[in-house]
Amino acid sequence: MSLIKASATDLLGYLQSGQVSAVELLKQYLDRIETHDGSIHAYLDVAREAALERAESIDRRRSRGERLGALAGLPVAVKDVLCTAGWATTCGSRMLQNYCPPYDATVVRRLLDADAVLVGKTNMDEFAMGGSTENSAFGVTRNPWDLTRTPGGSSGGAAACVAAGMAPLSVGSDTGGSIRQPAAYCGVVGLKPSYGRVSRYGLVAFASSLDQVGPLAATAEDTALLLEVLAGHDPRDSTSAKVPVPDYLLASRQPLGALRIGLVREHFGAGLDSEVDAAVREAVDWFRDEGAEVKEISLPHSRYAISTYYIIAPSEASSNLARYDGVHYGYRTDERAMLGELQESRQRLLQEGDNAGAENLDGTLVRMYRKTRAEAFGPEVKRRIMLGTYALSAGYYDAYYLKALKVRRLIRQDFDAAFNEVDVIMGPTTPTPPFRLGEMIDDPLKMYLQDLYTVSANLTGICAMSLPCGQTGAGLPIGLQIHAPAFHEHRLLQAARAFQQGTDWHIRRPDLC
Amino acid sequence: MMADTAYEVIIGLEVHVQLQTQSKLFCRCSTRFGAPPNTQTCPVCIGLPGALPVMNEEAFRLALLTAVALECEIPSFTKWDRKNYYYPDLPKGYQISQFDLPMSCHGGLEISDAKGAFPDRRVRILRAHLEEDAGKSMHDEVAGKADSRIDLNRTGTPLLEIVTEPDMRSPQEAKGFLTELKLLLTYLGVSDCNMQEGSLRVDANVNLHVSTPGGVVATPIVEIKNMNSFRAVERALAYEAERQYQVWLETGRKKGDVPKQTRGWDDQAQVTRGQRHKEESSDYRYFPDPDLVPVRVTPAQIEEARQRLGELPAALRSRLQSDYGIDAYSADVLVNQGRLLVQYFEAVAQSTGDGKRASNWMQQDVMRSLNERSMVIGDFPVSAPALAELLSAVQRDEIDNTRAKDVFARMIDDRCSASDAMAALGIAKVDEAQTVELCREILRANPKAVADLKEGKQKAVGALIGQAKQRNANINPGRIKEIFLDLARSEQI
Amino acid sequence: MPLSSAEVEKVALLSRLLLGEEELRRMTAQLGDVVEYVRQLDELDTTAVEPMAHAAELSNVFAPDEVQPSLDRELALANAPKRDDECYRVPAVLGD
Ligand SMILES: [Mg+2]
Ligand SMILES: [Zn+2]
Repeated sequence: MSLIKASATDLLGYLQSGQVSAVELLKQYLDRIETHDGSIHAYLDVAREAALERAESIDRRRSRGERLGALAGLPVAVKDVLCTAGWATTCGSRMLQNYCPPYDATVVRRLLDADAVLVGKTNMDEFAMGGSTENSAFGVTRNPWDLTRTPGGSSGGAAACVAAGMAPLSVGSDTGGSIRQPAAYCGVVGLKPSYGRVSRYGLVAFASSLDQVGPLAATAEDTALLLEVLAGHDPRDSTSAKVPVPDYLLASRQPLGALRIGLVREHFGAGLDSEVDAAVREAVDWFRDEGAEVKEISLPHSRYAISTYYIIAPSEASSNLARYDGVHYGYRTDERAMLGELQESRQRLLQEGDNAGAENLDGTLVRMYRKTRAEAFGPEVKRRIMLGTYALSAGYYDAYYLKALKVRRLIRQDFDAAFNEVDVIMGPTTPTPPFRLGEMIDDPLKMYLQDLYTVSANLTGICAMSLPCGQTGAGLPIGLQIHAPAFHEHRLLQAARAFQQGTDWHIRRPDLC
Repeated sequence: MMADTAYEVIIGLEVHVQLQTQSKLFCRCSTRFGAPPNTQTCPVCIGLPGALPVMNEEAFRLALLTAVALECEIPSFTKWDRKNYYYPDLPKGYQISQFDLPMSCHGGLEISDAKGAFPDRRVRILRAHLEEDAGKSMHDEVAGKADSRIDLNRTGTPLLEIVTEPDMRSPQEAKGFLTELKLLLTYLGVSDCNMQEGSLRVDANVNLHVSTPGGVVATPIVEIKNMNSFRAVERALAYEAERQYQVWLETGRKKGDVPKQTRGWDDQAQVTRGQRHKEESSDYRYFPDPDLVPVRVTPAQIEEARQRLGELPAALRSRLQSDYGIDAYSADVLVNQGRLLVQYFEAVAQSTGDGKRASNWMQQDVMRSLNERSMVIGDFPVSAPALAELLSAVQRDEIDNTRAKDVFARMIDDRCSASDAMAALGIAKVDEAQTVELCREILRANPKAVADLKEGKQKAVGALIGQAKQRNANINPGRIKEIFLDLARSEQI
Repeated sequence: MPLSSAEVEKVALLSRLLLGEEELRRMTAQLGDVVEYVRQLDELDTTAVEPMAHAAELSNVFAPDEVQPSLDRELALANAPKRDDECYRVPAVLGD
């Protein structure tokens, strides 16, 4: 029987009842990857042998009647931004092409403790910076619904592998929408947990005050299943919350009850694609028909979210990425060539009588840093490092970084006020359906504006998810975004699961030939 | 000093102190000194991708204790900032430090010199903050190819950076401040302050206030680095003051005319040398570290730290004077040796009831023996009760002071009690009748000496005492002198 | 243009990046666009607003001072681009 279209919760049942073994299940996914990943390129690396060994050992332990973890035997894909001991972790960057961490990220450890089978590392925008997975140093990922289009990003590989049936569960990271936007573009579910809900230890940092690890899956229940494994306090992460983890699967199955839904006036204005607009409104109508109360709310500072985000995130990134200097790990420029070049410049300047120019040349170490970083970082990473360095530099700090921290509080206060009136906020995940590959590569600002609806959840630390709620005339997926207050993931899952009980968007899969 | 009247030296210090924790500031690697290179590192202190810092509670506790002892204000809210710069021994590309909201500020430390080398003064503390140490770069010249080798063992060791106001007016004062600070820190047990191992590092900011007909003029401030002992600090500052005065005479440059200069002290050549300094490198782009959460300190925690301080050096000095009747200089010497030696002294003084004798013995005998053996009081083989037993014997005249020093030496060598050492040396209380008889014998054998004594030539008695001591080492020379004189005068030989 | 190419060059040095002529030109234009856009925050009066540096405002998170095993040296140095048996190696740090 083909298990590719079954949900993870169903697969877990089959595994537990012995209808299928972990090895059989894994082989189906490996075959699927073999067939389709050549054109999609969701994975950077597939750990075929290691995964098979692990699946075998889980089957063996099951047959001996041992107690197994919550995901025992389920294949899980991991975004290549999460450290895996002894297994290359590249972040989609030439900088870390050969980097092999000596330790596991806490979430990776949790997956292993839950007896998941780690099937591969998924492609991403370099250091999670981007919204199209075109910024990977190792090639783009394509949208399974339309191979000429982007799967979104930065967790493009994570979303595409679920959409294409190349993994039932997938772990991504979200700094400004990097789980939700690709989930929307690929027609799957993606959840950005509240800040502090999931440990960041071993998540390669992009912007530390915004980054969160989260689940991607085909259904709300599957998302709940995975979130429960990922979530929880970690003493290795000072920003990790000591808030108990509920039984998310159970919580998601609770009846909807009287839900108060807020629609953000500012989210339905200019720039929103009409098909997306219509699909989202239709989804909200479904909730209204189910008895939900829908009211229009205002988030007056939402129009400043992109500016705030594109100051704070690059500022933190400029510092977080300073460690990639070619000294302790990662790429280093060719020293001999670098020294020769420097020597040559010096001589030329001296010959020209430009003594000051020669004096001002970089020292060897400074030049080594600069060459290393210039050669190993891609253009988007360089742009953000430059932007952040500028925003933090002497004379500009108050006007940019500090100002952004203050507006961040105003945005947070907007949400606090809104959640006094409504239980959840609903709206589009993205302004448009997935765009064509290459379409925005030369216009960074235009690309940044795509994050309009997603960045606020990161700035404020609340939780948000995207779930499929429709399709365009051309058959491209559309995502509905739901926001809930911090540590109310159960509320998101409950609403999403109810919606999926009454609709079939989540069951639709791309035709892959 | 020739220039004494022409200018005043203005000195401020920046002191980095390693706090005595078991593990590092943000990871749990050991802080032990001297391990083989790169054996005390982990993902956090190597700055591996994805690793995160978690604050060491003990480091904060020690820093708080120090801040309270330095009479600092402790704000109720403090946070961690990143100081961004590139250096191979700084693996994250930033140092976690404290910028605009340090954990303590506006304190002070009283300094004085028992010999009067500088006036009593309160040196104000501008701020004291916690930060992590960097690693070590070692230059390695192999076959003409220059490389630096990087050891990250020290990376992440907790440092307390203590910054003073520019309140010191002479190199001696700067040294006095450092000596008092080191004493305070060792009394608190927050640092071993070992400069050789880098547990205490000093940078100095110095300039001059030159008197001119048109009023006082400040010269440009220079930062001096690379001073590896208090002596080096004193010399570097003296050198720098004179150098700056010469520069002033030559150029007339005032503060603000040139950017702040950094100079390194060359201990071999005994000069400071200018260090290259690029303008852009000072843009540290400080911002709050998003990986660490702030610390809130309550008045109760500050009070608790105050309770734990114990008696600090300044208070201890005056108490020793009043409790034991010793002079200020002696109290200073004792207190400067550290808390354990003071405890030792107090035990001896209390047990014998003679503070002055105990103080003299501490300074002349105990401290000299410790020095000769490069030993600390905690390892000294003679315990306080044992020394007290010896001094009591002296007090009771059972043994003279000179002989007591022999006993003391024996106590150190044999690690034994005073009575055992006396027994080993055959010292028993000498019988008075026996002593008188011995003296008679000696006088009989020295008629010339007897004649001299009769004529009042007391010099002769010295040789007689020497003979008596040769016959019986335990004889009290004071008593024996009296007997010789009495016998000679009374002619009862 | 809110940013000059001289400023961008200075930022490149601070960032330890090296830009070619064409890259510098493009970067100056692209950063200029973004900086111009984010200046929209100037519209807001934020004088009375507390900055918000963290998404979750926790405080006093500590670990006990207990030594745990460090990495084996071989594992610590395993990813170094240049090393010897004991240390990371870089071009001489003197003179920089
Ligand atoms: Mg410092
Ligand atoms: Zn460590």
